Amino acid sequence: MRLGTNSSIKRMVRPEAFPTPFCAGCGHGILMGAILRAIDELGWDMREMLFVSGIGCGGWIPSPHYAADTLHVTHGRPIAFATGAKLFNPKLKVVVIGGDGDIASIGGNHLIHGARRNVNLTVICANNGIYGMTGGQVTPTTPQGKRTVTTPEGNPERPFDLSQLLVAAGASYVARYSVYHVRQLIGALKAALEHPGFSFVEALTSCPVQYGRRNDLSTPTAMLEYFRDTCVTIARARTMTQEQLKDKTIIGEFIS
Amino acid sequence: MQGDEACAEGAIAAGCNFFAGYPITPATEIMEQMAHRFRGLPGRVFIQMEDELASIGALIGASWAGAKAMTATSGPGLSLMLENLGYAIMTETPLVVVDIQRAGPSTGQATRPAQGDVMQARWGAGGDYELIVLAPWSVSEMYYETVRAFNLAERFRVPVILLGDEGIGHLREKLEVRAETEVYARRKSPGAAPFGQAEVPPMPSFGEGEELLVTGSTHDARGYRRTSDKEAQAELVERLARKISANRQEIIRTEALLTEGELDVLFIAFGFTARSAYRAAQELRHEGLRAGLLRLSTLWPFAEEAVREVALRARRVLVPEMNRGQALREVQRLVPEARGYHRTDGEVITPAEIITAIKDWCS
Repeated sequence: MRLGTNSSIKRMVRPEAFPTPFCAGCGHGILMGAILRAIDELGWDMREMLFVSGIGCGGWIPSPHYAADTLHVTHGRPIAFATGAKLFNPKLKVVVIGGDGDIASIGGNHLIHGARRNVNLTVICANNGIYGMTGGQVTPTTPQGKRTVTTPEGNPERPFDLSQLLVAAGASYVARYSVYHVRQLIGALKAALEHPGFSFVEALTSCPVQYGRRNDLSTPTAMLEYFRDTCVTIARARTMTQEQLKDKTIIGEFIS
Repeated sequence: MQGDEACAEGAIAAGCNFFAGYPITPATEIMEQMAHRFRGLPGRVFIQMEDELASIGALIGASWAGAKAMTATSGPGLSLMLENLGYAIMTETPLVVVDIQRAGPSTGQATRPAQGDVMQARWGAGGDYELIVLAPWSVSEMYYETVRAFNLAERFRVPVILLGDEGIGHLREKLEVRAETEVYARRKSPGAAPFGQAEVPPMPSFGEGEELLVTGSTHDARGYRRTSDKEAQAELVERLARKISANRQEIIRTEALLTEGELDVLFIAFGFTARSAYRAAQELRHEGLRAGLLRLSTLWPFAEEAVREVALRARRVLVPEMNRGQALREVQRLVPEARGYHRTDGEVITPAEIITAIKDWCS
């Protein structure tokens, strides 16, 4: 059986945990699959892995779906829990998965300190720019001007560029792709998993229900096309002016 | 040896092999001692985390990876740990949190003793639960009650709070250590449901191929979330409480001193204040007053039976404590006529004050 295919990764999930709680058109399903494909393509054994996740839609990606040890913790704290588990049992391959609200807002302090500390963890941020589970509130990565239920006239605040934040904080592997760029995303996930040290993958994922419908992107395809049209590679960005890069998101490996 | 250091030594004797913490007066010496003692020892992990939330988070992750884990803090730090303490209760994660109390609320007076966290330790985390809180009164007990805290945590799969105070933490006394330390080993049963029917289920670790589902959400015996099933909610909450309340005899430890026969006055006290109360009782006995002390070594679950039993023989019950009457509320539930003697100025209560208080009451 070819690794990374649907039939191959099926054994890596708990069938009884499906269907997922995700809304139709949610990008988290693509990310959920991409992470498994990356692990499978590396030939890793799920029994050696620990997935730590926090609260919010992103926290449900591994728990309860993945057939591995999972630790579903308090809001914002998965990196702290993961640090303890990894330090005590370095044989565990520890992966943290969480949304932007979990990882970058309430858990922001643990994120930058995790990067600085450089413990061998892989942190995957399912960044959809919104609090989905609680009904569509603004997060630290919601683009300026976008509408959410708590910013009905448009977000007045500037968002974090999470990947750049992690580069500055000292993460030793940092990459960003969207769920539209799924092959590249899998490649980055593989590189992050294999990287010895704190690795960070920012996966831009779609939330047509809580984010898209308030921002003229109400269908699953509209959101994916949005990623297609607004993401530019690092190489291409170098050829563009600041004006041309306005409202664009740079994707690629920032530190590897 | 100092109380804080004795706590660290007791932890090591109990098999503690993971410590995460954040500096805070007057508990910092515990962290420093752990850092010092773990140096060069294989299989023992010390880490200073970015804050108290991360410290207890790391403990929980490590505990599920198989560690015996401890952190040490004071009132403001305990406040920060409470959400994850609730998580440890819900996920039945053994760990030890040491709280060396100082004068609060908030930053208060960091170097001054107090006993203001009695209720925070008991009720601070959200939700409805039981947990274990121990209150040592000597350097020797800082050692042995730390050992007991680890054993109770493992035995009942529950976080245990060791509630010291600045007085005990910074006290220097002789410590005699027994040659043998009884250590409770975590009970394992491969394949068994980790949150299952047993009063205290066996606890597997990450990396054992059990495909564990650990969650702070309401869950069934195997860890699957049951977030809208009212039976699952009630069943879990009741079992988590019952495993403590049904084993009160094993958990609760009190010491009755000078309490033979009828008593003119009974002091009920814990921690540093119990030392002063004991001295006060001794002096009052010299003066012909039948005085005694019931010392609460286990603070929670509350020693209702012992309080009732001894108070029955006492004409007056006085509860001295370095707060505005937190243990007093519990005593008054059982002995409504009990009175308190309180001090909130960051100074310890002296034997002389207690004697004066009881003489005022008698006159």
